[in-house]
Amino acid sequence: MAVSEADFRARARKALDDDNLQAALAQAKGGFVDKRADAILDLPAFEQLRERGRQIKDHTLEYLDTYLDEFEQNLNSAGGQLHYAADAESAREAVLRICREAHARQIIKAKTMAGEEVGLNEALEAEFETVESDLGEYIIQLAKEPPSHIIAPAVHKTRGEITELFDTHHHGRSGGPLRETPDLVNEARGVLREKFLGADIGISGANFLVADTGTITLVTNEGNADLSTSLPRVHIAIAGVEKLVPSMQEASSMLRLLARSATGQQITAYTTFITGARREDELDGPEELHVVLIDNGRSRMLGNDYREMLRCIRCGACMNHCPVYSAIGGHAYGWVYPGPMGAVLTPMFRGLDKSSDLPQACTLNGRCQTVCPVKIRLPHLIRQLRDDAFEQQITPATTRWGIRGWAWLARRPRLYTAVTGLAQRLMSRLGRGSVRRAPLAGAWTAGRDLPLPGRGGTFQQQWQARQRSGQDG
Amino acid sequence: MTDAASPTPRVGLFVTCLVDFFRPRVGFASVRLLESAGCDVEVPAGQTCCGQPAYNTGDLSDTRDIARRVIEAFAGYDYLVAPSGSCVGQIRQYPTLFDEGSEWRRRADELAGRSYEIMAFINDVLGITPPEQGFTGRVTYHDSCSGLRQLGIREQPRRLLGGNAGLEMVEMDERDTCCGFGGTFCVKYPDISTRMVDQKAESIERTGAETLLGGDLGCLMNIAGRMHRRGQPVKVRHAVEVLAGMADEPAIGEEEQ
Repeated sequence: MAVSEADFRARARKALDDDNLQAALAQAKGGFVDKRADAILDLPAFEQLRERGRQIKDHTLEYLDTYLDEFEQNLNSAGGQLHYAADAESAREAVLRICREAHARQIIKAKTMAGEEVGLNEALEAEFETVESDLGEYIIQLAKEPPSHIIAPAVHKTRGEITELFDTHHHGRSGGPLRETPDLVNEARGVLREKFLGADIGISGANFLVADTGTITLVTNEGNADLSTSLPRVHIAIAGVEKLVPSMQEASSMLRLLARSATGQQITAYTTFITGARREDELDGPEELHVVLIDNGRSRMLGNDYREMLRCIRCGACMNHCPVYSAIGGHAYGWVYPGPMGAVLTPMFRGLDKSSDLPQACTLNGRCQTVCPVKIRLPHLIRQLRDDAFEQQITPATTRWGIRGWAWLARRPRLYTAVTGLAQRLMSRLGRGSVRRAPLAGAWTAGRDLPLPGRGGTFQQQWQARQRSGQDG
Repeated sequence: MTDAASPTPRVGLFVTCLVDFFRPRVGFASVRLLESAGCDVEVPAGQTCCGQPAYNTGDLSDTRDIARRVIEAFAGYDYLVAPSGSCVGQIRQYPTLFDEGSEWRRRADELAGRSYEIMAFINDVLGITPPEQGFTGRVTYHDSCSGLRQLGIREQPRRLLGGNAGLEMVEMDERDTCCGFGGTFCVKYPDISTRMVDQKAESIERTGAETLLGGDLGCLMNIAGRMHRRGQPVKVRHAVEVLAGMADEPAIGEEEQ
């Protein structure tokens, strides 16, 4: 997929002007938020569950090396193999090597954000026929676009756009009549069924990796992951190291959090536990099972001030509740992880200098933190990235010197009162009430009128005058 | 420091830079409201701003310097009270700026513990409902994010405003969604900010309210500015103007008579 962290502003502008996108975002927003709220009303202990989720993840991260060893041993005993990838390139190489050794021709993929993160699709498509089996991923694969939401990758597409894509790719026609959603789903199901049956390799992500059993846990609502991982000869699961949990008990707590936070479900339609490859007495399942565990910057995060971000279970609740995401959608963020999650992960994985707008383009309103199932202090981390940007002079010089100049004044109360008093006098003379434009206020007046101060002086001036004249406030 | 039961709490009013500059009457309304609630109110000299613009831009060194000034200016008062959830939220962050165990950390902790947003102070600390001010009309209320999420202010303003029998409170949809102000965000990303405040203006429009009240001038100026641009005739005021019986003067962005 295209990776372009730069030029956030231009993409945001484009997104704001895209009526289809805006319609799709407006429709999606309410759905996710309301469904989650309803699901939580039904589970009064949800707050305690969030706290438990936080503790499980913190504990696992604390003993990550131990759980990693345990997972590997149990995966091996169950007939699976572990491949450790330090970065995106070695992750792609590991997957390609397995595919080549298996003499693969066709690959079927279930949705994996880790795969998106390491750019797996382009690498696979260059050598193999690769088809996405998640309906949303399939749609954006046809459109040759990256996902715009981690749970609903094609959330930005309207029914009309999807009809057109299917007409072009399935029927070689255009301008056909708008079709109903069930018809579109059935059509995709028919096309994908052939692909499932023909694939040699199935690739999936993993929602959790259970250390004490070596189990891969997957959640979907389409059942596509089950077909992708059980029909082909070889199953490859790709996941970040932070997906580990100690045992099934912790996995089940995390699943309860994940489904409610992501889609407002008590449990997803399909929750799959895969322990090992096909055993001798079993009728189905893959002959080979590989788990590609990616680091790609994660162990660095374990040791820095952003460690709590590794608690993230990729539910998407933060972006569903983010008013900036709701305004501009996922593509504006420029990389695989959008919204508040992306504002932290993209600088971590790609470099703050290459994604400098992301932590700035946030109002720090804090709604994301209140819905995060593992209590990540997203606004705190986003603000902390601004400290880093300021210190490393990534923040534009005009902003840095503007703030420093203003702070210099704010430390000198007498001068401050005089300067603000003068500025207020000048400003109050620009007009009465509000003005449509004012000197140095172009960014404000682009979309808003500027309320002007009255003509009596600043509060401090008026207060001091009253104190001197012995008047009561 | 005297305890909360003391007959006349000594309150240092932190005016906030926006009120100081754009809407001094919110400062005077705050003084009147606090005095009528039985407080001895002073406006400590030497206050400018809480340092939030520097803090949220990542300029920690300047934030620390400003924090020290606020800590010194408000030493000796029973309480620091401000007509802003956002500034009080910032003041409560001061301890994180100083090393644990240091004298400044101790002082910052101490100040954070006696700093309150004005409506939360009157409701939660003093336990008082201001007298009926005779305000009438259909009102909707904007919960500013920092007050709501950092300080847990939601019911307090509504309880206090409920003292006006003629005030009809109509809640807007998406009431816990940000208005798009976000301090410097609104001028750094004006396109996105405008879209966000547009959605807020639409939510307000759907309530049919004649007046929008809130507790943070930044949000209120943002929403008032956008509604004015849209030609939406809603009066926007800080809630303390109503609570202090000073809502007869021009609303935010309206012409002085």
